[in-house]
Amino acid sequence: MSEALLMKGNEALAEAAIRAGCQGYFGYPITPQSEVLEYLAEEGRKRGMVVMQVESELAAINMVYGAAGAGARVMTSSSSPGISLMQEGLSYIACAELPCLVVNVNRGGPGLGTIQPSQGDYFQSTKGGGHGDYHLIVLAPASVQEMADFVFDAFDLADKYRNPAMILADGALGQMMEKIVFRDYNPKDSIPAKEWATTGKPKSRERNIVTSLHIQPEKMEQINLNLQEKYRRMREREQRYQLVNTEDCEILVVAYGLAARVCHRAVELARHQGLPVGLLRPITLFPYPYNIVHELRDRLRRVLVVEMNSGQMVEDVRLAIEGRVPVDFYGKMGGIIPSPDDVLEKLITMTDRAGVKQIKEASHA
Amino acid sequence: MPETMVPTNGYECVWAKPETLTETKLHYCPGCSHGVVHKILMEAVQELDIQSETVGVAPVGCSVFAYHYMNVDMQEAAHGRAAAVATGIKRMLPDKYVFSYQGDGDLAAIGTGETIHAANRGENILVIFINNAIYGMTGGQMAPTTLLGMKTSTTPEGRNVETQGFPFRITELIAMLPGAHYVTRQAVHTPNAVRQFKKAVTKSFQYQKEKKGYCLIEIVSNCPSGWKLTPVEANKWMEENMFPVYPLGDLKVDGKPVEKRPAVPATKK
Repeated sequence: MSEALLMKGNEALAEAAIRAGCQGYFGYPITPQSEVLEYLAEEGRKRGMVVMQVESELAAINMVYGAAGAGARVMTSSSSPGISLMQEGLSYIACAELPCLVVNVNRGGPGLGTIQPSQGDYFQSTKGGGHGDYHLIVLAPASVQEMADFVFDAFDLADKYRNPAMILADGALGQMMEKIVFRDYNPKDSIPAKEWATTGKPKSRERNIVTSLHIQPEKMEQINLNLQEKYRRMREREQRYQLVNTEDCEILVVAYGLAARVCHRAVELARHQGLPVGLLRPITLFPYPYNIVHELRDRLRRVLVVEMNSGQMVEDVRLAIEGRVPVDFYGKMGGIIPSPDDVLEKLITMTDRAGVKQIKEASHA
Repeated sequence: MPETMVPTNGYECVWAKPETLTETKLHYCPGCSHGVVHKILMEAVQELDIQSETVGVAPVGCSVFAYHYMNVDMQEAAHGRAAAVATGIKRMLPDKYVFSYQGDGDLAAIGTGETIHAANRGENILVIFINNAIYGMTGGQMAPTTLLGMKTSTTPEGRNVETQGFPFRITELIAMLPGAHYVTRQAVHTPNAVRQFKKAVTKSFQYQKEKKGYCLIEIVSNCPSGWKLTPVEANKWMEENMFPVYPLGDLKVDGKPVEKRPAVPATKK
C-alpha cells in the first residue's frame, strides 16, 4: 500500500491507470475530466505510457479499438457529450470483444448541457448505448478512493471477460479532493496473455482477425449468443454493492455514486430520528445487483431511489422489486446535487404514508 | 515460392500466388482494381519478408472483407476510422508495419478528419487509397471524388457543382501537410502501372521501416459495375475522364514536394 495522499478524483484515477500498467491513453479535452489527460500527459509519458491528445472522441475510441486489438492495456476518458460520440466505437469494441477502460465523468445534459455533476448517462452506460445488443461492465465509484480502486478492478474485469469496462463517475467525484491510498498491484501478475491480438502473424499460427462483421446471419446470431452467455456469467459472478443499515430496515434507499454519498448522510439523519431506513449502493451498474434487491425486498415496506437524473436506475430497481413494494423516486437534474435534507424530507413523507413506526430507541444514532 | 506450388509436370512455374494471399476466392466484380491491388500489396509483403511483422486495417466499403484474402493479422475498422485504428495499433507496436486499406467514401468522406490528422501527425503508417469515384458496395452512389457531370444512383442527372460541390482531391491536400513523407497517385490498369504501384508499395514499407512517417498511395481505380461499363470500357473511361482530374505520379517523395506535377485543370463551374 502507498502512503496516504490528498488527490483530485480525476488525478487519482489517472495515477491508478499508470499503476495498473495502462500502456496507452487516447483522449480529447472536455470539462470536467481534462485532468485525466493532463495528468497522464505529464506523469504517464514520464513513466513510459503512450499518451495522445487526438482530434476527436471518434478518433480516440477508434485508437483504443486498434490498440486494444493489438493486445495492449489501454483506455480513454471523457464526459457525457464526448462519450456520446464514442458510442459507435464502443459497439464495435463490444462485438469484437476487446478489453479496454472507458471513463465517463458524467456532466449534466442533454445537449451541451452543463459542466456540473449529473447521473443522466445511466441508460446510455448500462443498456448498451450504441447500436446492437451489448453491454459494458459499469462500475460506479462514490469516492476519490474508489476512483482509483475501480481502475484496477475495471481493467481486470475487462481482461477477464474480453469486454469494455466503464467507470461511470460524475463531475463532483472528478473534481473533489480526498485522501487516497493506492493498492499494491503488479500488472505483470494480472494481465493475461492475449493470443488473439493482432501483433503480426508468425508462421506457427493462423492470422488473427479483429472484427465485428459477420455477414451470415447464422454466424452473427452465434456471436450474439456468445455475448449474451458472457453477460449471463457476469450477472452470475460480478454483482457488487454496498449495504448500510439494512439489517433491520423497512425503508430501503437505493442510490449510486455521488447520490449514494448524499443518501448515506440522509440515512444517518433518518436513523437519528428513529426511522428504520437502510441504504443499498450498487457498485456494478452492469451487471446490476438484482440478487441483493431480491433478498431484501420481502421485508421492505417501501423503496426510495435517489438519482441525479429524471429516474433511470429506478427502472432496474422496479424490475428487481417486481411490484412487491412501492418504489418512489427522488431526483435532481441539470447539474443540481440533492442535499441530505432534501432526501430526509422525502423519507419522512414516505414513512408517514407507509405507516412505518419509528424505532423506539434510535440505536443507530 | 511455396513448394506445393512448384509444378511437377514438366512446365516451368513463372508465377505463384504468394503465401501472403489466402486460398479464399475474391468476391470482387470482374475487372475491378481491388484484386490487383490486393495481390501487389501482398506480394510486396512476401518479397520484403515482413508477413510476421505486418498488421493491416480493413475499411467499410467493397474491401471490407480484405482480411479474407490477405494472410496477415488484420483489424476491421468502423466506416472512416481506419486511420485512427491504424494509429492505435502503430503506437502500441511501433516496430511493426501497419497499413490501412480504404476506399474514397471511407477515406475522403466519413473519415476525412481521421485521414487528415493521421497524415498531419506524421503517423508512421501506409495508407492505400482506392479512388474509383463511386460507392461500390452500397450500389453506386456519389462519392466525394465523383467527377462533375458523372451519373451515379444519387446523382442521376450527373454530379452538379451547385448542389454537390467539387470532386475532392484529398491526395493533393495531404501532400501539403508536413507530416506526409511520401504521397503518390498510381493506377493498376496496365502492366507498367502495376509495376510502378508495386515500387510505390515497397518504397512506402522501406520508409516505414526507417520511421520516416506517413505514406499515402492513391490508386485511381475503375468500377465496371458501378460505372455500368465493361472492364475494358471502364479502363478507357478512367484514362479519359479520371486521369485529367486525378493525374498520376508522385506528389511528394522523401518529404519533398515534386515540382513538375502535371497541371490540375481548373474546375469549371
